[in-house]
Amino acid sequence: MTATRRWQIPLVVVLVLYGVVAWLLAMQLPLKDGEIDWFASLFPGGWMAWSFPSALFFLTILLLLLLMAVWEFASPGGNPRVGVLRFETTRGDRLFVSLLGSAFIHLAWLGLVGPSLWWALALSVVYAIGVFRYV
Amino acid sequence: MEKTWNNKAWFMVLPVLILVAFSALIPLMTVVNYSVQDTFGNNVFFWVGSEWFEEMLTSDRFWEAMGRNLIFSAIILAIEIPLGIFIALNMPKSGWGVPVCLVLMALPLLIPWNVVGTIWQVFGRVDIGLLGYTLRQLGIDYNYVNDPFDAWVTVIVMDVWHWTSLVVLLCYAGLVSIPDAYYQAAKIDGASRWAIFRYIQLPKMNRVLLIAVLLRFMDSFMIYTEPFVVTGGGPGNSTTFLSIDLVKMAIGQFDLGPAAAMSIIYFLIVLLFSWVFYTVMTNYDAEK
Repeated sequence: MTATRRWQIPLVVVLVLYGVVAWLLAMQLPLKDGEIDWFASLFPGGWMAWSFPSALFFLTILLLLLLMAVWEFASPGGNPRVGVLRFETTRGDRLFVSLLGSAFIHLAWLGLVGPSLWWALALSVVYAIGVFRYV
Repeated sequence: MEKTWNNKAWFMVLPVLILVAFSALIPLMTVVNYSVQDTFGNNVFFWVGSEWFEEMLTSDRFWEAMGRNLIFSAIILAIEIPLGIFIALNMPKSGWGVPVCLVLMALPLLIPWNVVGTIWQVFGRVDIGLLGYTLRQLGIDYNYVNDPFDAWVTVIVMDVWHWTSLVVLLCYAGLVSIPDAYYQAAKIDGASRWAIFRYIQLPKMNRVLLIAVLLRFMDSFMIYTEPFVVTGGGPGNSTTFLSIDLVKMAIGQFDLGPAAAMSIIYFLIVLLFSWVFYTVMTNYDAEK
């Protein structure tokens, strides 16, 4: 059952959905000097104060969760194992540790280095790969 | 043997998911949105990026409140956990004393937080409060309104009075679940009172103690109502904990952006501690 599951179709569906929703959100943005104003309010006057970057952030979190679901569909069971932390973790645990750790990496970068967070993002990706590989 | 998959079960969790979405996810998403923007009211927002987070992480006010909160939680755990164990060990295990003790222990837990604050606010007053007035008559210079040390003592004693019962009840539940055979074996071996505690009672209470530590840490780390009612965060800022500071910032000053950034940092710390405690608890069970 596990090896024959056709996970490629849900994967493509999830990625296409992500792209379409991100594109639709971007289309909501107003123009400023002939270019898209990426930091304007998505829905002016809305109480939730949505902006494109924060919407993309949550959309990416949702994408990660859906990708985990696709992974689980492709290979059920959560792949539990005992890693360097000496206790059993599943894929979901590893994603949680990666996201939580990434949040603290970004905060530490902001507090200690400065506001440019691209390096913090790169460091978080390396950290997440490390977590998924060794934890 | 292949596992049976029943995906219809997912629909059973949908109502909970919707409830959690409205009570937690949507407010959380709104807080994240606020944390990267500034507003002057009328639901008009301006993008500021990570500015509020930088401001929080480099602000003395935030770190001082965080320090006070951590010290407060450490003191609360250091007092309530040993005291709770001690009281539970000395509670009767049979007879009429059991229900009496259980009811007495449960009473403080039934009192709402703001009422507890009000009780202690009056109790500690030096003019009409039983505690404050008595201490004054004994020649002790006690005044929680003016003296930061007295304010801390009052807030800590109030929390101990309110929440030690929870630790007691959890420990007691752990103690009564120990089969008599363990005690009989210890008696045959001639074990001392300390040895019984160290090698029988404490290991058997481990799980409930972890729950007690988790609950008391999280609750003391997020404490708001009681100290707010008693001291209002004062004198000065001496009892201004993170939650009090957060409310002052968000509602008092209407600084939604910085307050949202502070909330997220606060939330991440709580999440980290919860995860650590949860992991320790579940792995302890797995090892057993």
